[in-house]
Amino acid sequence: MAVLDASAVDPPPVTDAAGRPRSWLRNALRSRKVRVGLGILVFFILLGIIGPAFVGNPSATGPQAFGHPSARHLLGTTDTGQDVLSQLVDGTNVSLIVGFVSSLISTVIAIAVGLSSAFLGGVWDEVFSTITNAFLVIPALPLVIVLAGYLHGAGTLAVAVVIAVTAWPWTARILRAQTLSLRRRDYIRAARVVGESTTRIIWFEIVPNEIPLIAAQFLITVIYAILIQAGLAFLGVGSVTTWSWGTMLYWAQNASALGSGAWWWFVPPGLCLALLGTGLALMNFGVDEVANPRLSATAVKPSRRRRARARAS
Amino acid sequence: MRFIARRLGFYVITTWIAITINFFIPRLMPGNPVELVFNRVRHTASPAALHAFSVAFGVDSQQGLISQYFSYLGQLLHGNLGISITFFPATVSSVIRTALPWTLALVGLATVLSFVLGTLLGIVAATRRGTWVDALLPVTSFLSAVPYFWLGLLALTVFAVELGWFPLSGGYDPSVNVGFTWSFISSAIDHGVLPALTIVISSIAGWLLGMRNVMISTLGEDYVLLADAKGLPRRRVTFSYAARNALLPNMAGFALSLGFIVSGAILTEVVFSYPGMGYVLFEAVTNEDFPLMQGIFLMITILVLLANLFADVIYVALDPRTREAG
Repeated sequence: MAVLDASAVDPPPVTDAAGRPRSWLRNALRSRKVRVGLGILVFFILLGIIGPAFVGNPSATGPQAFGHPSARHLLGTTDTGQDVLSQLVDGTNVSLIVGFVSSLISTVIAIAVGLSSAFLGGVWDEVFSTITNAFLVIPALPLVIVLAGYLHGAGTLAVAVVIAVTAWPWTARILRAQTLSLRRRDYIRAARVVGESTTRIIWFEIVPNEIPLIAAQFLITVIYAILIQAGLAFLGVGSVTTWSWGTMLYWAQNASALGSGAWWWFVPPGLCLALLGTGLALMNFGVDEVANPRLSATAVKPSRRRRARARAS
Repeated sequence: MRFIARRLGFYVITTWIAITINFFIPRLMPGNPVELVFNRVRHTASPAALHAFSVAFGVDSQQGLISQYFSYLGQLLHGNLGISITFFPATVSSVIRTALPWTLALVGLATVLSFVLGTLLGIVAATRRGTWVDALLPVTSFLSAVPYFWLGLLALTVFAVELGWFPLSGGYDPSVNVGFTWSFISSAIDHGVLPALTIVISSIAGWLLGMRNVMISTLGEDYVLLADAKGLPRRRVTFSYAARNALLPNMAGFALSLGFIVSGAILTEVVFSYPGMGYVLFEAVTNEDFPLMQGIFLMITILVLLANLFADVIYVALDPRTREAG
């Protein structure tokens, strides 16, 4: 499986000078990318929690069809006179819930599969790795569509579970590679010699060192799940009456909002998806850079001579 | 060659896993959606078609699960994917045969284009760190977070509705006869530009970032430093020394990202009503056409696996280490 192991990452140990773990979190928060990303995420979470109280009923129809944005309807209206802003605010929750629930489930599966694979070794490793790699190449969206197609008008949580079924293999593969590399380190050997149990080694020696990696993968999976959910809703798979950004696009496409030039209907949901995704991606970059400082874009390349000297030392 | 044989074995296993998933999905789902559909077509379909349906979905079957499984495999081996409900009485295989070339042409071209462009941009981004090129990064992360289909909607609004440069939907002008004629091909190209552009723009970020990251590590290698020290021209160091080696991991990523691009292409096809597999899948889902849905899932999976195999062969051709190991 030489091809598949190429992208394993290898962050440096994540303890600070005093040997305290988790300092990566403080490091990460110092990064501007992480702070901007976190700000965007918090904004949407707040919008999802308290927003709906401030806007009207998203399903209430009105007399004004395809109304331009106005003081009454800040983002205009749909073909049946529904307020676009209300739908946008109301739909925030679905993306957030599906994104985080799905990613949580998939991360748990990934940790279980990835770590068992690395620790059991032998035949079990072969079996787990093959299954992981198989799920990696089986295209996810068609599978999710087929699965959700059977769940008639599936609810939000059912969709989250279905998405999680296809989302775990990336993380599992990366964690397996990382665990295999950590297992060979001296401090793990030392722990073994001291007589620590395997469970303890896994939970107290291995997993804490993989937390930045898990966090980065978790964020990527949230983006993935949000995008897949939007795609499903856009196709009309699952419930078309639960408001989400994807459902808005579904109705906009069905009512040929494009032909009518009703840009205010389909531009905002896509922008929100992109903005939320960018926020999460920025956080991910930040976490990645903390774990792997060479990727940093802002670190200006050291001069050649300095680089050579650093090499010589 | 051992490498290729290993990969081939893996793809066979993956195909088997996909087929098995396909077999169990309708049998494990809550409720009886399949039975409802079966009853809908019971009076119109031919006995042979009904038999194929019941074999594939285990409706009306007296057999146990295991023998059902083997009859299902038997049907598949004969290329029998059942009857489509949406396009009744067409078979699923004939529906797929019509849709397949469209998807192959669109997704194939767009993927190769996006890989080449993204890789080149990634090289530039890696060599010019700390300059304005860094501004590309937030742009690309924004682009990769944009849903494919929404970008398609925007492209459609701007270039087809407002500017009228490109047609609104479809894969070709219905007034042109399908065939190997210039008028048909030019019409197909005209219809394909916007969907292809959408796929390229949304997938390019992945290649760009991947290439940039690998390239940065490669630029730190000793042999690159040596090439620099020898006074070789910048260009030569960048392309013949660093990029050549950085390309390999990115190639490996190519194979893995394919599933993701295909997923995006499905949605893009729906936006543009492009007559490929994605649009047919959409129609199948809307009409609860389970045989067609599952046939397409299987077909797309097999196509992605074939593309992966193709990428592996190229990989072996590019990387001598994989040959020595065998």
